[in-house]
Amino acid sequence: MTIETKERPLKKVCIICAKGTIEDVYATLVLANGAVMEGIEAKLFFTFFGLDAITKKQMNKIHTGTVGNPAMRMPGGLPFPSVLGMLPGVEAGVSAMMKSQMDKLDIPPVDEFLEMITAGGGEVYACKLAMDMFKLEEKDLWDGCSGVLTVGDFYAMCGGEGTQIIFT
Amino acid sequence: MAQKTIAGIAVEVSSEGYLENPAQWTKEIALEIAGEIGIDLTDKHFEVLEFLRKEHAAGTQLTIRKVGKSGIVDIKGLYTLFPGGPLKYSAKIAGIPKPVSCV
Repeated sequence: MTIETKERPLKKVCIICAKGTIEDVYATLVLANGAVMEGIEAKLFFTFFGLDAITKKQMNKIHTGTVGNPAMRMPGGLPFPSVLGMLPGVEAGVSAMMKSQMDKLDIPPVDEFLEMITAGGGEVYACKLAMDMFKLEEKDLWDGCSGVLTVGDFYAMCGGEGTQIIFT
Repeated sequence: MAQKTIAGIAVEVSSEGYLENPAQWTKEIALEIAGEIGIDLTDKHFEVLEFLRKEHAAGTQLTIRKVGKSGIVDIKGLYTLFPGGPLKYSAKIAGIPKPVSCV
């Protein structure tokens, strides 16, 4: 096992983010940032609701879902009833709490995190089909985006030995 | 833990070659570890190394974000100084343990 990973180290990760919740977006960002910090090339492809993470208007307003999430608990560990999650303001409150916890661990807001990743050579792309679907234009996207791709364009970037595609 | 002689000094290192005791660090050790990695150290590198050592001594959990906000170098600059390992290489050369942070 050790021998194999030494002989064929990971060289590139292509990460697809299709959802726009805090946990999905941050999983993508942490994986990508961790890659570039290890000298591994990273290409990020945002599609469907994941586009929120690279849309200027939405990128720093992402939330976590408080309904239908069985892993969700109150501070202290008591169950978090879905009914409570439906109340106005609860989702925003929970999301703000999660963000403040992350900030304590030095995990930055989405725009700053993307800047950290691109500073390390990571590249950020938007999905053309999803852009058309959500009536988004390039000017709506975060300025650090490298471009809008079809799925074929994206696959063309995913070649090469030691490359993995990750769907968060 | 293992013994290793770096720049003529016997030091304790981890299995990955990080100094176990930051107090054993010298500039010569830094130059030799950097040479093994393939980095030529400049004054700017040493400014970063001193910052890391100071923060480590203060008990700070190091991240590239903290280095980026240090006023010494931005994150892009940190990648330029320590290509392929902005935090792991800089920590190794600075003679501090490998940071356990994911950011």
